[in-house]
Amino acid sequence: MKSKLPALPYLIWMALFIVVPLGLVVYFAFTTADGQFTIANISQVGQYTGVLLRSIWLAAVATVLCLLIAYPLAFFLSRANYSIQRTLIMLVMLPMWMNFLLRTYAWMTLLETSGLINKLLGLIGLGPVQMINTPGAVVLGMVYNYLPFMILPLHSIMTKIENTTLEAAQDLGANWWQSFRRVVLPLSIPGIMTGVTMVFVPSISTFIISRMLGGGGNILIGDLIELQFIGSSYNPNLGSAISLVMMVIVLLCMSLFNQFDKSEREGIYG
Amino acid sequence: MKKRVLSLILALCTVFSVCFASLPAAAAAGSSKTKYSFDKSGIDYQKFKGKGVSINVYNWGLYIAEGEDGGMNVVKEFEELTGIKVNYTMYATNEEMYAKLKSGGAKYDVIFPSDYMVGRMIEEDMILPLDFDNIPNYDRYIDDSFKNLEYDPQNLYSVPYTWGIVGILYNADLVKKPVDSWDILWDPDYTGDILMFNNSRDAFGIALKRLGYSMNTTDKKQLQEAAESLKKQKTVVQAYVMDEIFDKLGAGEAAIAPYYAGDYPLIKADNPAIEFAVPKEGTNRFVDAVCIPKDCNNKEAAELFINFLCDPVVGYENFLTIGYSSPNKGTYDMLPDMYKKNEALYPDQQVLDNAEGFINLDTETNEYTQQLWTEVLSDDQHVNKWLIPIFITAALGASLYINISRTVKKRRGTYK
Repeated sequence: MKSKLPALPYLIWMALFIVVPLGLVVYFAFTTADGQFTIANISQVGQYTGVLLRSIWLAAVATVLCLLIAYPLAFFLSRANYSIQRTLIMLVMLPMWMNFLLRTYAWMTLLETSGLINKLLGLIGLGPVQMINTPGAVVLGMVYNYLPFMILPLHSIMTKIENTTLEAAQDLGANWWQSFRRVVLPLSIPGIMTGVTMVFVPSISTFIISRMLGGGGNILIGDLIELQFIGSSYNPNLGSAISLVMMVIVLLCMSLFNQFDKSEREGIYG
Repeated sequence: MKKRVLSLILALCTVFSVCFASLPAAAAAGSSKTKYSFDKSGIDYQKFKGKGVSINVYNWGLYIAEGEDGGMNVVKEFEELTGIKVNYTMYATNEEMYAKLKSGGAKYDVIFPSDYMVGRMIEEDMILPLDFDNIPNYDRYIDDSFKNLEYDPQNLYSVPYTWGIVGILYNADLVKKPVDSWDILWDPDYTGDILMFNNSRDAFGIALKRLGYSMNTTDKKQLQEAAESLKKQKTVVQAYVMDEIFDKLGAGEAAIAPYYAGDYPLIKADNPAIEFAVPKEGTNRFVDAVCIPKDCNNKEAAELFINFLCDPVVGYENFLTIGYSSPNKGTYDMLPDMYKKNEALYPDQQVLDNAEGFINLDTETNEYTQQLWTEVLSDDQHVNKWLIPIFITAALGASLYINISRTVKKRRGTYK
């Protein structure tokens, strides 16, 4: 019999700090301030459809960009020799040693109309470009902050793809596109899944990035939730309802995505 | 009031380095006797000495003198004077503090709510009437014009700590038009140079005042009108910010912003071109007060602390750190003329007469304002509100379809 004992600390942790709070969120979402049952909170979320859609859209764009940037890099990294790999992974992690807020704050000074980038552009005679307070700046902030979460899982899964496997594909007459499409891509799917989840989920719920880089004029769902809990709205019941709806949507997105993953893998091994 | 949220977080980030840096300094300062003389008449500060009493103080971030630049460390001075241990924690918004108290998760003895929050906590029976016999400095030093204010009409529950007005900060190099009205914040000539409060109460307060209404209106029509004008204003606003205005105004990234007068000297020091103006329509006068929550540990010790805060010397040190005007007469007398004559910190009586304080609004008005505010901030409200349910159903359907078709294929053995 396999002992479950080693998992016990985490199970207790999970029950206390994940299951119980989740239950509380559900409870709050379906009650009024006095504890009466209501679905008014949930139906009120409908008003914020625009905010929710914009959050999903920006998070999706950021995720795709992260994937496009990280995938070639991770592949290159995994083929490089060990000492180069170690140095480069270190460089990928380096920005993460600095506080998240400071990193975003730094982008503020870079992107501002009187900021560094525009000053440089001014030197070569290009007029100031409006960069901060745009959705593009928000996406940039997300990509910059969450890129390592895409690179790391991709890298760790790609180092497991042996060079011999690629050589075998070439032996069998596959050109580089075919060996990518039929060998590398299917084998790296689990890494893509993890990476996408780890970028998409924090991107969709971020609030500080949109506030600092987006100018606060076009709020995201994270800002909305923050307003309900520690902002001036203070309505935890509505906040919980919004969180709950967002959680359901993220879960659905993820599960759809995972089914795609399963069929891919069963396609190879089945 | 709505004190530097950002700086608080940034300060926390550097807390480790500060800890290490200040260790030797703290050890050296610990042995020295105090160099300040406090007004001890009518109060026994020694009452709890050696009794192991401690109080929990819950304050805004960066809202007390902490001994920087050789100034007073208020908490430490109090501990040395009374032998009462102070557990000091911080919050960033009134609502955060309110939520913490409401949830009953922690016990606090001294809190610092703003005017409207004092009103709300009185209404919800969350704070205790104070025993002013234990706070003799209140009668001695607090200016009469800060007693019996609208949020606490009989002044039973609160002692004012700081106050200020909201005004318009502008860069005189960039703004050539006269700044004497809230209208400048709506002026298309300054499109993209205007910052606005990222805070519904302040933003609506300005919009309402500009339209000639009360900041405390409960009339939905007036609120709606204010929301419409805020939506119009959006086309000229560069960003909705709070403490970011320090950087943006300081660096010349923006030219005009409404903000709290107490922060004006700080921004002015950064950029001398910044000027301060009070709009003729009238403005908001805010007060941050000190109160004692209902389930405190030791009310008398908490009152000793409040009395200590009302000491002119402590008020003076706090003023130097916080920069917000003090309601303390003794403190005012100690101030150099540059502060006393500053029209942002100590404005004319005429400005104050024309200013309005926030009171606690009823839940319905609060919720309605919030709803309008969210509408202002998210411009595409015309999106169909059934999209979310439709999306959820579609996703569930797709997921179901994939699973079913897969099992069917598997059963037939044709899955490849």
